[in-house]
Amino acid sequence: MTANGMPAPGFAASAPCAPATGNLVPLMHEIRHALTRWLEQGEKRVIDLRSIPLAPGEEDRLLEQLGEGEVTARLSIQGPSDIIETRYPGVWLVTHYDENESIMGRFIEVCEVPGILTSQADDIRAGLERLKDQLSNAETTA
Amino acid sequence: MSKDKTLGETLQERGVSRRSFLKFCATTASMMALPPAMIPVIAATLEKLRRPSVIWLSFQECTGCTESLTRSHSATIEDLIFNTISLDYHHTLQAASGSAAEQAREEAMQENYGNYILVVDGSIPGENNGYSTIAGISNKDMLLEVAAGAAAIVAVGSCAAFGGLPHADPNPTGAVSVSDLIKDKPIVNVPGCPPIPAVITGVLVQFLTFGLPELDQLGRPAAFYGNSIHDRCYRRPFYDKGLFANSFDDEGAKKGWCLFKLGCKGPTTYNACATTKWNDGTSFPIEAGHPCLGCSEPDFWDAGGFYKALSIPTEDIGKTAVYAGTAGLIAGAALGASLRARKQSAVKNHERVTIDDLDEES
Amino acid sequence: MTDTEFLLWVRGPAFSAATFIMCAGLVIRFLEIFLLGRKAELAEARGSAAAGGFRTMLIRFIPDAGSFQRSGFTIVSGYIFHIGLFIVIFLFVPHILVFEAVSGLSWPGLPSNIIDATNVVTMIALVGVLIHRIKDPVMRMLSEFNDYLVWFVTFLPLLTGYLAFHRVALSAPMLIGLHILSVELLMVLFPFTKLSHAFTLWMARWYNGAIAGYKGVQS
Repeated sequence: MTANGMPAPGFAASAPCAPATGNLVPLMHEIRHALTRWLEQGEKRVIDLRSIPLAPGEEDRLLEQLGEGEVTARLSIQGPSDIIETRYPGVWLVTHYDENESIMGRFIEVCEVPGILTSQADDIRAGLERLKDQLSNAETTA
Repeated sequence: MSKDKTLGETLQERGVSRRSFLKFCATTASMMALPPAMIPVIAATLEKLRRPSVIWLSFQECTGCTESLTRSHSATIEDLIFNTISLDYHHTLQAASGSAAEQAREEAMQENYGNYILVVDGSIPGENNGYSTIAGISNKDMLLEVAAGAAAIVAVGSCAAFGGLPHADPNPTGAVSVSDLIKDKPIVNVPGCPPIPAVITGVLVQFLTFGLPELDQLGRPAAFYGNSIHDRCYRRPFYDKGLFANSFDDEGAKKGWCLFKLGCKGPTTYNACATTKWNDGTSFPIEAGHPCLGCSEPDFWDAGGFYKALSIPTEDIGKTAVYAGTAGLIAGAALGASLRARKQSAVKNHERVTIDDLDEES
Repeated sequence: MTDTEFLLWVRGPAFSAATFIMCAGLVIRFLEIFLLGRKAELAEARGSAAAGGFRTMLIRFIPDAGSFQRSGFTIVSGYIFHIGLFIVIFLFVPHILVFEAVSGLSWPGLPSNIIDATNVVTMIALVGVLIHRIKDPVMRMLSEFNDYLVWFVTFLPLLTGYLAFHRVALSAPMLIGLHILSVELLMVLFPFTKLSHAFTLWMARWYNGAIAGYKGVQS
């Protein structure tokens, strides 16, 4: 089990010489550059982890290095999604699962807060309508 | 387009929040191998999408492609069937059977003539039309009929794209691919045996969102088939260092060294296996210790053997060399004898060596 | 014909045909040479022909001072590209697999990046050799079509090998196919051009050494 409670691939622990592609360090540098750009220009960066060929076990090492910070959010949106601020503020790990807890996508977002965490205008509007309905029902029955 | 409601309206009606929709767009972008910057574009396009009618024809196939598709978790098959497309005909997945099913197909064709998408898996017997039939209609006739009214055709799996297993030597049914029979419609080939589930759905969603994708010389979407396995393989550093496994389960194999010697076709195979992988990114054949078969390339069954390395000649060269040596001995003996005779007669006749003799090549 | 079909053809019937022509051709050439026979040596032996023969086969690798002064460039660049060819052909693992498939013999190879660097050095040496052949007046006068042809069919596999390894411009099956095809061209021309020196040089050295050894003089 990794820090975020995600199941580790079965063989990783027993592969002592699991070959590394050496993608970890360049990836961390990319995150470093993104953080600098955010601070200097307010530019957000999203990295799709699925697009990078990682050797078995390397993704786990990456997640270990990023660690966990102050925020952990679990969203229920057609299957769960985990949003975790890593030990580096501004570096968020967004993992999307389907209803069977299988991973559908994993992104590293360098920004203030991942867009999907904020409330969406359409949803707010729909919720407002529901609230108005509920209040008018409450008034008629009161 | 078949249904009047857009995808956005359908989702709203079902109470699917915009947040959920954004999640779908993000995972779809990832699966289509598009950069995250495209997510807002995908969201905007999918929102306004009107669900097209899709007719899925299965010909000489093993149903592996449908099995692969139903294992797809990103843009799950449910998402696909209920939200993005209207799957009006599919042997394995549809509830109807017999004449009711054929009627559904004909209705869908009529209602959406010129606009429906035709998805084909399985190869088609090109000549003798009796080898594979559905409801008494030969595969070839059905394909030609349905293709006539299709907006585009997606050939899923190596059988539909290149002929696949039925096309392998000696090809008893005369199997051909979709592009061998249809010449006047855009065809997108999604080969693989089977194709990666995420690639099947990715191509379908990409096609619905952005239209015909960029295709390579074999008609495959460049987004998924643009790189060879060799170029994205995590074992590439071992190839470069000259560290190879010599046999299955030997020391090199256990250390995860390159499988070139075991016949890996990675260098000549274009697919997304090394990055997208299988079973939601769990692994792919090379990672599991087996050399790539090259299953997304044409005629991979007859490509010289799964366990014969790419650099090795496919025929028995040792035998050829022996035959050649023998033939050479006979011819050489004859030639040598005649040359020797000529020399001896020249000596006997006291012939002189001239400048022309020295100038001769052989 | 698709790229894959082309690759299968060069790995299949084309390779068999090239092997047949090369092996039969070499055997015919050897028999042509041997069956001509030699004049009987009527004088008494004053030394060992065999010892002279063996010695000369190896000693000739060392150029004498005079040759070096006259054609230093040819000797140095010649050594470079011959050694380079040896390394690239016999110590690259995918090539070793071909030899293993044909003969059953196998040996360890070098890392692929070293082979790549050696390939580049070899190609440069060959280009240097060609330039020298064209610019040096004596070489230019002596050279004929066959000399340039032989240079070309030697250079082509190195170039196509480089392109295939680095996957430049064309698809992988096409590049590998072109590389194997260029080797087949080399194989087919081998027995019928000066390329056969790879084998005949041993015979020539042996005979020169044997004749001198029989006479009891150093060769």
